[in-house]
Amino acid sequence: MLRTLLKPALVIAWKDLSMEWRTKQTLSAMLIFSGLVIVTFSFAFDPSNQAVQALVPGMIWVMTIFSGVIGLNRSFMAEQQHDNIHGLMAAPVDPASIYLGKCLANFVFVLIVQLISIPLLFILFDFHVVDYMGLGYLLIIISLGTFGFIAVGTLLAALVAHATSSEILLPVLLFPLVMPVVIAGVQATRIVLIGQEGTQDVLSWLQLIAAYDVIFFAAGFLLFDYVLEV
Amino acid sequence: MTVKNHDLSHLAPSKLHNVLLLLSIPMVIISLYLVFIWSPVERVMGPVQKIFYFHVASAWNAFFAFFIVFIFSLLYIVTKKRSFDLIAGVSGEIGVVFTAIVLTTGPIWARSAWNTWWTWEPRLTTTLILFFMYVAYIMVRNLDMAWQKRARLAAVFGIIGFANVPIVYMSIRWWESNLHPVVVSEGTETGGGLDPGMLVTLIFTVMTLTLVYIVLLQKGLYVEKLNLYVQSMKAKKREKMIS
Repeated sequence: MLRTLLKPALVIAWKDLSMEWRTKQTLSAMLIFSGLVIVTFSFAFDPSNQAVQALVPGMIWVMTIFSGVIGLNRSFMAEQQHDNIHGLMAAPVDPASIYLGKCLANFVFVLIVQLISIPLLFILFDFHVVDYMGLGYLLIIISLGTFGFIAVGTLLAALVAHATSSEILLPVLLFPLVMPVVIAGVQATRIVLIGQEGTQDVLSWLQLIAAYDVIFFAAGFLLFDYVLEV
Repeated sequence: MTVKNHDLSHLAPSKLHNVLLLLSIPMVIISLYLVFIWSPVERVMGPVQKIFYFHVASAWNAFFAFFIVFIFSLLYIVTKKRSFDLIAGVSGEIGVVFTAIVLTTGPIWARSAWNTWWTWEPRLTTTLILFFMYVAYIMVRNLDMAWQKRARLAAVFGIIGFANVPIVYMSIRWWESNLHPVVVSEGTETGGGLDPGMLVTLIFTVMTLTLVYIVLLQKGLYVEKLNLYVQSMKAKKREKMIS
């Protein structure tokens, strides 16, 4: 059961990743975009000002979400262009594993972008990361939060892929839905990076993110079938 | 869809709809009387407080409408019946209208009650996000594609949208409670502290607007049905002209 679900998913994810490795189109667009976000922020708020450090948690999530939307938009666009989507649907795999594979690929894309852009943000805004403990928490928060964002985003990207104006539609559909993850992510990041609150609060926000991840991953898993059907 | 040519009686509003429509007119007049003349004027806030009746009634109806969207989206996914999709769509539109009423009357009241137009308090923020979500829902419904596909996509969005509401509410609540206690929401939920006259008026207004919601839902369905009928007739005419 798990094998039949996981194996095609890994193949699909691998296909997306290797395709990206050859062209590097999506990743470079995402990276440039998150770089531009940093530049815009540095103009809007003076980076040498100490008070600006309070904005860093918000910036991390703004970068994640804006660059993530670019990746999500492209994720099904490539399939549409050469009518691959019908090939995927005709293939003898569970639609849920297509969802899983696409989720994995998008997740990896966003993680790569974060891996480059967040340290860049810290350096450019002269932000000192607290300690190893905080760093560990930060990694957990960011990966869990990104996963929730991607779980909803992949489902919605597939949903709007058939529309003519999907690039505009995706953010409009996605942003209200990912609000809980953004709120929880920003709050937890803030507590880890600058907050005076203890780890107890971080854990309660993490619980919220985890619950969101589980609910929407399950929803995507169950509903993806209906999104793909033609 | 099979349609007999000159028999349009199935498109006409049902008797129930006519009765409800006729019933809603005196009820709206009575509730206006109750709100503006009969019910006592609030001591601190004065006449501004009267907007609260419409505000609460619209809020209740907006949530109810979105609940209907959720239920009928689920039903559509299971049964694939077109009428379920139509009900969900019409209910979503009415819900957005009611939410818009809530979001405009709220700040007017808040301005005099809390001396601010808007605070990022859980209930307000949730309502705003709800509004954005169902505007997006209407956008999904207006996608340019075959109705089966559109209906399925809208149903999927309707389901995950509604599943999101409690999570948003919870997250925002936690967020607020971290910073400062939720004080301002007390004003809208102290049903026990209301004057009996006010309570009667409130209950009556809620009932009236719920009736208005039902009438609007039925009206919307009739409009949709007429729309479908016109489209099928057009398609028939076109076929005739081609052949």
